[in-house]
Amino acid sequence: MTQLLEVEGLVKHYQSGGFLSRPKPPVRAVDGVSFTVAPGETLGLVGESGSGKSTIGRNILRLEVPTAGTVRFEGVDLATVSPGELRALRRRMQIIFQDPFGSLNPRRSIGASVAEGLEIHQMLPKREVASRVSELLAEVGLDPAYASRYPHEFSGGQRQRIGIARALAVEPRFVVCDEPVSALDVSVQAQVINLLLDLRDRRGLAYLFIAHDLAVVRQIAHRVAVMYLGTIVELGAASTVIEAPRHPYTQALVSAVPDPDPRSARSRIVLAGEPPSPSAPPPGCPFEPRCFHPLRDARCRTERPVLRRVAEQDVACHYAEVIAAPPLVPTS
Amino acid sequence: MTPLLEISNLRVMFPVRGADPVVPVDDVSFSLAPGELVALVGESGCGKSLTGLSIPGLLPTGALLGPATSVRYDGAELTGLDERALRPFRGQRIAMIFQDPMASLNPVMRVGAQIGEAITAHRRVPRAEVDRRVVDLLAEVGIADPASRARSYPHQLSGGMRQRVMIAIALAGEPGLLIADEPTTALDVTVQAQILELLDRLRVARGMAVLLITHDLGIVAGRADRVLVMYAGRIVETAPTGPLFARPDHPYTAGLFASIPRLGGSAARLSPIPGTVPRPDQWPDGCRFHPRCPVCVDKCTRERPLLLPIERDDHLAACWVAQGNVA
Repeated sequence: MTQLLEVEGLVKHYQSGGFLSRPKPPVRAVDGVSFTVAPGETLGLVGESGSGKSTIGRNILRLEVPTAGTVRFEGVDLATVSPGELRALRRRMQIIFQDPFGSLNPRRSIGASVAEGLEIHQMLPKREVASRVSELLAEVGLDPAYASRYPHEFSGGQRQRIGIARALAVEPRFVVCDEPVSALDVSVQAQVINLLLDLRDRRGLAYLFIAHDLAVVRQIAHRVAVMYLGTIVELGAASTVIEAPRHPYTQALVSAVPDPDPRSARSRIVLAGEPPSPSAPPPGCPFEPRCFHPLRDARCRTERPVLRRVAEQDVACHYAEVIAAPPLVPTS
Repeated sequence: MTPLLEISNLRVMFPVRGADPVVPVDDVSFSLAPGELVALVGESGCGKSLTGLSIPGLLPTGALLGPATSVRYDGAELTGLDERALRPFRGQRIAMIFQDPMASLNPVMRVGAQIGEAITAHRRVPRAEVDRRVVDLLAEVGIADPASRARSYPHQLSGGMRQRVMIAIALAGEPGLLIADEPTTALDVTVQAQILELLDRLRVARGMAVLLITHDLGIVAGRADRVLVMYAGRIVETAPTGPLFARPDHPYTAGLFASIPRLGGSAARLSPIPGTVPRPDQWPDGCRFHPRCPVCVDKCTRERPLLLPIERDDHLAACWVAQGNVA
């Protein structure tokens, strides 16, 4: 199958200091990441804060310029296209943010915000724009009469629906969803997840679904990539990665997800410490300082494991073959 | 057992000129036993944080308590006390921690000095003793190398460490009750697990009661002794954690459970609660959940259901349908 999006060896370093102070070592936000997304597929990108997951989303859309690596969309290397071509490609790749209020102009009616993309890309004659905006609002579950209202009049869930309508206006094939439901109350979060599922089925959209909540990702992703300190440590089918994780970090992450069923018997791994600073990553496995596995040894401290196929998934751990997953997920 | 904390008919009102007051917390009653961990669960705007703040009398400017409100701590009535009389209850006997430790910590003061301040705020302690207690407290909340960490400034610590420092400050007065308002919401999931384990360990070691205020039912399971579910300013259901999770009686609680994405089983479609949480100035009549309720009957739109036992004496729900009283 031809891939819609191919990311190869993506690196993003941020330089800090250096103007008046001594240059500091760069922050290695993303440190060599490769993955693909097929048409209509949802890839979940999971990790804790500082793992580099949002940076990947922004670099794919070239909202930031990657330090190294290639990003190909529909087979086209985004680093080689002209600004005009990039603008045309961006119509087919959109982004939804965690805080839609931050991305909606408070002085424009939401109808105007949703129409903006249609006008920039001159997709419709002017007289058809208003009716298209109404259709879009209805499609995301909002009353089309709301088009003349302003962002502050809406609740968090409604604003996220507006953000989605705005992204969909330009008929994208691929949408980066950057923590789209993490600011929402749980009853509203489920509404927005269901909306994203419906839109995916109806429009054949592909998503890069970035989230810190593994349970949310489970609801929507076909495949999951688990990030730690700028690298992917495990990648595979969502059910495999969550039910039979082989990387110790994934195992800890799965076990730390709060389970709303007190009767389920499962092991809890409470990790010691916190992730190291991305400006001074450990020389070997990035997870080594917190790793709880008895097999951890000198090799883990000196040699960085590469992501490789182990059983059903890709794992970046020297001992992935011999690590068995404890019962982490309740079987119900 | 006599309760440590007993709240009855708590009403928090904001007067509005020329209109009815807005009442974000409306007739809330519950109690906590010594050493008990009770979770107060609800979505944003349900009044759970205001309920927590009103216990040590920390209401925002302009807020008034209802005339029938009573907050009793260890037998003492706290409502109506002046600021001076409330002092021993704030920080010493009742301590609070919040979601964002950075907002509570002084950014230009070493964390050890801030813990020391909490130790000497309520009693006279010799200097050397204070320094020793600071290190002990940092060690107790699981901070490695406490003597050197005491000299750190808040910005030099991670989010999880800052929350540990806040917990150390809270413990300084040796409180009988810790009110923890969304203590792990801003933290990563692996760090959240650490903080929750710490709170549980401290509760057992010190016999301290904990009121855990949270939007996340997931962190409540397996930790809280009892759960109070709040919706639109009122408690709609309360039960020991096991029975509540096994069989929620209120349609709102059931709806919350159906909305939570789970790791186990198949990734089935979620069943969200339709609509959104109403605003405090627009509480619906009757049962406040009725516009979103799948089992609503005519009576629910008119009459307020009271919190009454359903099947078990300790499992109460404010729902006409669950009570079988719909005529």
